[in-house]
Amino acid sequence: MRSVLRNRKALSGLVLFLIFVVLAAVPRLFTSITDPNKLAFAPAQPPSGDHLLGTTALGQDIWAQLVYGTRQSLVIALVAGFFATVLSVLVGVSAAYLGGLADEILSMITNIFLIIPTFPLIIILATYAGKGTLTVVLIVLVITGWSYGANQLRAQALSLRNRDFLESARVRGERRSYIILAEMLPTMTSLIVANFLGAALYSVLTAAGLQFLGLGDPNSISWGTMLYWSQNQQALQSGMPLWSIAPGLCVALLGISFALLNYAFDEISNPALRPVRRRRAAA
Amino acid sequence: MRYVLRRLGFFVLTLWAALTVNFFIPRFMPGSPLQALQIRTKNRLSPEALEQMLTSFGFKPRENLGGQYLDYLGNMFTGHWGVSIGTNLGEPITTIVAHALPWTLGLVGTATVLAFIAGTAIGVVAGWRRGGALDSVLPSVFVVTSALPYFWVGLLLILVFSVWTGGLLPSDFNYDSNLQPAFSGEFIGSVLHHAILPGLTIVVTAVGGWVLTMRNNMITTLAEDYIRMGRAKGLSNRKIMYQYAARNAFLPNLSGFAMSLGFVISGAILVEYVFNYPGLGYLLYNAVQNTDYPLMQVLFMLFTVAVLVSVLLCDFATAWLDPRARAKG
Amino acid sequence: MPLLSVQDLRVEFATADEPVVAVDDVSFSVGEGEFVGVVGESGCGKSTMLFALARLLSPPAEITGGSVEFRGQNLVTMTEKQLNVLRWRDFSVVMQSAMNALNPVASIGAQFADAIAAHAKYTKAQTAERSVEVLKLVGIDPVHLKSYPHQLSGGMRQRAMIAMALLFTPDLVIMDEPTSALDVVAQRALMVQIRQLQAQLGFAVIFVTHDMSLVSHFSDQLLVMYAGQVVEAGPTRTVFDDPQHPYSRGLLDAFPSIRGPRVPLVGIPGSPPDLARPPAGCRFQPRCPVAEAECDTSRPALFPVGPAHSRCLLNAPKPSAEEVHHG
Repeated sequence: MRSVLRNRKALSGLVLFLIFVVLAAVPRLFTSITDPNKLAFAPAQPPSGDHLLGTTALGQDIWAQLVYGTRQSLVIALVAGFFATVLSVLVGVSAAYLGGLADEILSMITNIFLIIPTFPLIIILATYAGKGTLTVVLIVLVITGWSYGANQLRAQALSLRNRDFLESARVRGERRSYIILAEMLPTMTSLIVANFLGAALYSVLTAAGLQFLGLGDPNSISWGTMLYWSQNQQALQSGMPLWSIAPGLCVALLGISFALLNYAFDEISNPALRPVRRRRAAA
Repeated sequence: MRYVLRRLGFFVLTLWAALTVNFFIPRFMPGSPLQALQIRTKNRLSPEALEQMLTSFGFKPRENLGGQYLDYLGNMFTGHWGVSIGTNLGEPITTIVAHALPWTLGLVGTATVLAFIAGTAIGVVAGWRRGGALDSVLPSVFVVTSALPYFWVGLLLILVFSVWTGGLLPSDFNYDSNLQPAFSGEFIGSVLHHAILPGLTIVVTAVGGWVLTMRNNMITTLAEDYIRMGRAKGLSNRKIMYQYAARNAFLPNLSGFAMSLGFVISGAILVEYVFNYPGLGYLLYNAVQNTDYPLMQVLFMLFTVAVLVSVLLCDFATAWLDPRARAKG
Repeated sequence: MPLLSVQDLRVEFATADEPVVAVDDVSFSVGEGEFVGVVGESGCGKSTMLFALARLLSPPAEITGGSVEFRGQNLVTMTEKQLNVLRWRDFSVVMQSAMNALNPVASIGAQFADAIAAHAKYTKAQTAERSVEVLKLVGIDPVHLKSYPHQLSGGMRQRAMIAMALLFTPDLVIMDEPTSALDVVAQRALMVQIRQLQAQLGFAVIFVTHDMSLVSHFSDQLLVMYAGQVVEAGPTRTVFDDPQHPYSRGLLDAFPSIRGPRVPLVGIPGSPPDLARPPAGCRFQPRCPVAEAECDTSRPALFPVGPAHSRCLLNAPKPSAEEVHHG
């Protein structure tokens, strides 16, 4: 944990992430408006004391929408990321541990899911399921997001499989499930965490993209739907650029926080990647 | 040889799986799109036209599922893709696709390859030169750019270079609407002019990932013994960097490129949407808006094929570059 | 003048805290055509010292003191450009092939050609000719010039590396654990071959390994390293038959003689010291079976013992009585 705090990238990523968590947890601290979707104000106002980022073409406070929208984006990132990771671990580690035909089949499935271009698939799935509710979006994200991690985890599990500490567990007569859960998984923690961060990043960006195209729930409060409506109303061209840029920036920042944490994890587990700083000898 | 065959086998298998998924989705999702289709067009199309249109579903209500499935597969391969039920009702999908394909290949294809080449080159140099201010700043910069959403970068570029400059760089379409397609300098110039912002969006967002993976691969490779051996032999730095380090570090990058193409295509769809660029991605968006199921399914198949073909090409390239892959088979 | 003369060589690793001294004032010399074995356990600094000799260290390791004189020229102060004139023509390097010291994507012939092109202007024909020649020297069929490293067996890879090292018939070949990845039979065959080539071509060898018994059958001079220092050095026969330092004795006792009487195997308990915090006195003292009180506090120098040297306080010169005895 200390090494996480010492790493500059990890620190910035963590701070960014925590800012969003706070925004999502206590939105009332940041805005007095309780229903950001209500058309309560004069439309298309530029930023001012009353409306930090101005109002939308429909008369909603942009800043309030941003703050309340944080919640959904965080939920998507964490929930979809979590389940996708769970699936990756299940498939990847089982494939490596079971070996043989089971491994071949699981690997084939993983590769197929990996290759099929996810976005078109998502679009089609989301369309068929009707204008997507949050649940549909989550399910679709998990289905398309687990395969990348599964391959990586399988590779690591394979290399661990024959290591001595596992051999000794086998010789001691431990059950397979014990070996996997109590011996292998703890060693793979850093890769699992890295996978989670990657899945979270993927979910944030893809969910935003989906909602941007209008495939999410247009009445929900989220950054993605803000983007949809702003694009719908030609925000950039009609002098309300903040309406488009601000939610996009939030998506970017949340994604960046995950990416920074992910890269920092890479650096921590592989010291060779760290920036080389020459120490000046004490005079 | 075995290696080539194995990769071809994988290609066929995945293609089959994708097509099968494509076939079954409409049949299992709630809300039976087939019925919606029938209802929607009942008054405007004859049963024969309806049937032709549903060819891409393999929908022949009189046949059993197995027969439908085989017909569907056959149709996909032979190009009997049916007709669109979107804005251009009744237009053959093959025509629609033929119009859009070159634009996507041109813009997205070129930009992606450019990003890959640039990213790899920068990554090689970044991995080679350790220490100094650049080494601590560069990775962070690219970590940030690689996490940016494609559409947001597009929107930002439009705002800065198009709206704020009063239209200096166009943010819409693939060429000026008052021009006719021709091999004239004016037309080509217009095409390039319109491709700048969307192309830049793709390159900026995609390059970061390549820089980082290549840099990391280089660093790992540089720790190998044969690098030290190269130095011991007194080889020039340039030679070691390219022939010994980069050539080895590049190999995992290549397979990474193939695997990430699915993601690149997603980004491309968004970019085309933001810039109203009439490529396949834009087509897909419109198809979705119009619930143009036949077109959607064909496009999905095309995207899958594109990724698979690229993966195959990357596999062949790996075999060419890595003597160990040829041996392993 | 000896071919190679190392004086007080010191190598430090920069860390977040104090630098760690990996090679601590090592001195020795190598004569023409001599075979010098350097033995020690993992982490004793022998490989680091070897790479320092050949100026192949990379950050965070660097040479912070001493000199390495090759025919009178100090390698430590030379620039890369100056070193390049000597590299491969005057001294070359052989590494442990199991770690893939050969570029996996280039053929053997291409890697030979690389080395040649870096130092001489041969025509293609001359390059080919010389490559074939050195392969024949080590007993590899020249058809393997087209092979890739993964297509050769471990023993062949090792011999190919030796062949590559001999492209310009250098005066000195530095070898880092070349036998560690081979089976016992291949090991011995390789050693015999190296000795043969030495007799044929007259180059000197510095051979680093952890296998003391193997190298002592072939070396002229033996250096024993421990915790970054040379603890014993001398003619092989002397060191082997009558080791002075308790560590060398411990090493030799760990190898049973195949013909001698059956004796219980004795190991050396404990482990080497952490070089970031070396012991104040003798570095071997924590594990030494014959340590005395003063070993804890005073650092022994390398004391002469007959034709050899030993870094043990027990070998410190004692006044008159000893001198008369060894006179």
